[in-house]
Amino acid sequence: MLHLLWLVPALPLASFAVLATLGKRMPRRMVPVLGAGSVGLSAVVAIIITINFLSSPPPGNHFTQVLWTWIDVGGFRPEIAFYLDSLSLLMTLVVTFVSFLIHFYSAEFMEEDEGYSRFFAYMNLFVASMCILLLGSNLLLLFLGWEGVGLCSYLLIGFWYKDPVNGLAARKAFIVTRVGDTAMTLGLFLLFTNLGTLDIQELMHRALAQWPMGSTLPVAAGLLLLGGAVGKSAQLPLQTWLPDAMAGPTPTSALIHAATMVTAGVYLIARTHVLYSLAPAAQLAVAVVGAATLILAGFSAITQSDIKRVLAYSTVSQIGYMFLALGVGAWSAAIFHFMTHAFFKALLFLGAGVIIESLHHEHSIFKMGGLRKEMPVAFWTFLVAGCSLAGLPLITAGFYSKGLIIWDTWSSTRGSAALWVAAVFGVLLTSLYTFRLIFLVFFGEMKTQIHKRPGFRMLMPCVVLAVLSVVGGFVDTPGFLGNVHSFTDFMRRALPPVTEGPLRGMSELGSESLVTLAFLIGLSVAYLFFIRKREYAEAITTPVLAKSLHRFWYADWGMDWLYERVFVRPILWFARVDKGDFVDYIYSGIALFTELLYHGVRKTENGRMRWYAAGIAAGSIIFLAIVLFL
Amino acid sequence: MASIPMHQGLLLAGILFALGLVGLLVRRNVVFTLMSLEIMLNAAGLAFVVAGARWGQPDGQIVFMFILTMAAAEVSVGLALVLRIYHRFKTLDADAVSEMKG
Repeated sequence: MLHLLWLVPALPLASFAVLATLGKRMPRRMVPVLGAGSVGLSAVVAIIITINFLSSPPPGNHFTQVLWTWIDVGGFRPEIAFYLDSLSLLMTLVVTFVSFLIHFYSAEFMEEDEGYSRFFAYMNLFVASMCILLLGSNLLLLFLGWEGVGLCSYLLIGFWYKDPVNGLAARKAFIVTRVGDTAMTLGLFLLFTNLGTLDIQELMHRALAQWPMGSTLPVAAGLLLLGGAVGKSAQLPLQTWLPDAMAGPTPTSALIHAATMVTAGVYLIARTHVLYSLAPAAQLAVAVVGAATLILAGFSAITQSDIKRVLAYSTVSQIGYMFLALGVGAWSAAIFHFMTHAFFKALLFLGAGVIIESLHHEHSIFKMGGLRKEMPVAFWTFLVAGCSLAGLPLITAGFYSKGLIIWDTWSSTRGSAALWVAAVFGVLLTSLYTFRLIFLVFFGEMKTQIHKRPGFRMLMPCVVLAVLSVVGGFVDTPGFLGNVHSFTDFMRRALPPVTEGPLRGMSELGSESLVTLAFLIGLSVAYLFFIRKREYAEAITTPVLAKSLHRFWYADWGMDWLYERVFVRPILWFARVDKGDFVDYIYSGIALFTELLYHGVRKTENGRMRWYAAGIAAGSIIFLAIVLFL
Repeated sequence: MASIPMHQGLLLAGILFALGLVGLLVRRNVVFTLMSLEIMLNAAGLAFVVAGARWGQPDGQIVFMFILTMAAAEVSVGLALVLRIYHRFKTLDADAVSEMKG
């Protein structure tokens, strides 16, 4: 059954083609059936493949399906081929399944929008691109999917294109990720010129054989690929596009944040893990980027007032955890956190969509409140997801995945105490901003009247994801808690296990206890400030220093401000200065000449038949004369 | 049958063609325009027949058959257009009907 693999990207792609061409003429009820149904079928195919992969593993635990040769020129021969191993299988499964739930939800969420079929067409293309990215067996096909999700994020963020602000956010996302993609393209060139192939597995073999440990080339290649990953996954210093990307419809945010685009960078690094194990410097850079991002984004999340922006910074911070895990060589822990994060972050966004929709498109958390009794399903599912995000011990999935990352940060040879401290501090921040959000939205008194209540199609995906946000963690538990390792064992078929370093005098139980302590501190601080003593929260932000710090964090550590001055303005200035140069005059001259010619030629077209006939006759005579006498 | 020298036949065809062209250019009436077109087509047909006779090949006559058919088709369409034009503009002046200019 593994040969069905090509259907996984093909189904949403076909649905995209149909919706894009016939969507407007199609009956409105058909649109979600096709849009969500194709992704659902794709998920079913992924499940069938998973069952097959588990029950009768292919030789070597991987399977390649070559469809056709893409290009064949001068030794460069990339194929349209899909590569399946436990890494790409798990990611495909999560992506298709979570995407299906989001599509299902969108059927109701976007129902009253005029671009209903356009929305589903974009979403389908997004899922298809993501599957191509995950399954592509060579880096060129991966890059095709990579650019595909980039394009779709641009289209979806600017979906409500009538408001120029949305267009601006879409352009920002597109351009900022393009900066990373430039680095990635350079990385691909470097790999191809030095190793002579782009097929990932072959590339890894040749890298192992030809490149000595710690030499310059793998470090350079690793850093360039990291550049691409940083752009796509919104890590420091290219994270500025993600909070602005909230301009798109909420299901889009859920899709971009939870399962697809932002995790592409994590996947890229996990896929090329051999390269990073050859280049400790590049791998350290990954860990440092992750640790720094998770702290900075955590501080920014605490100060936001827009519910979706809080979640956006939270995503940046959680992807930071995944990068940290990759950086310390805990490959499967990163993918584990990817999976649980996909569940709870999708749920958080869908829940935020429910709240925003019911409160008449209110985004500010300070204008919400007291929704606990009014919207019980939304409250409980959101609470479950929030607890999972913050890492409520023992029962939530987030606790297990994050705990594993933090423990590996401590115990791995590539880990260090400093990274561990950053990760644990990140837990405190996560717990603080998550419960701040929950307390402000669901507790206290009501501030905005409920405008309409979501129906079954919006609540069902929330409930399913809530269940997954809890049980999703039980596939891998720490040594002192059942010691289940099915996830790690499954990942071990594709990714190397963590290399345990010297014990730095702390057990796994100790690490988890400190994580729990950090969680509790964050929770109690949030409780104190946002439920018990609201005046404390105001008192602490009144001093000038605190106020400016608050503004600084609110504005993403002044990153936009800095980029505006360092890059945007000089480039705009240069463009203005450069506008009237010599080359421009040549082209304006051509344009002017053409315009004059147009005015002349226009006169001959006067609708007089005899004039035309005379023209034809004169032309024939002149032509004959030239032929005869010259 | 006494053979006619080729240049005389071609000369006749040329004169007919020129007459047709002049008629096309100077007459304003659409019906006369159509008639001038017919003259030009027949001039061309004559040239083909003369050439076919000169080389003893049937091609010239075959082409003339084509021209005949085409002329019939053209006239039927042309006359239909003339009727429509008259119906709409109440005139047959070709210059008055310059509405379709770009």
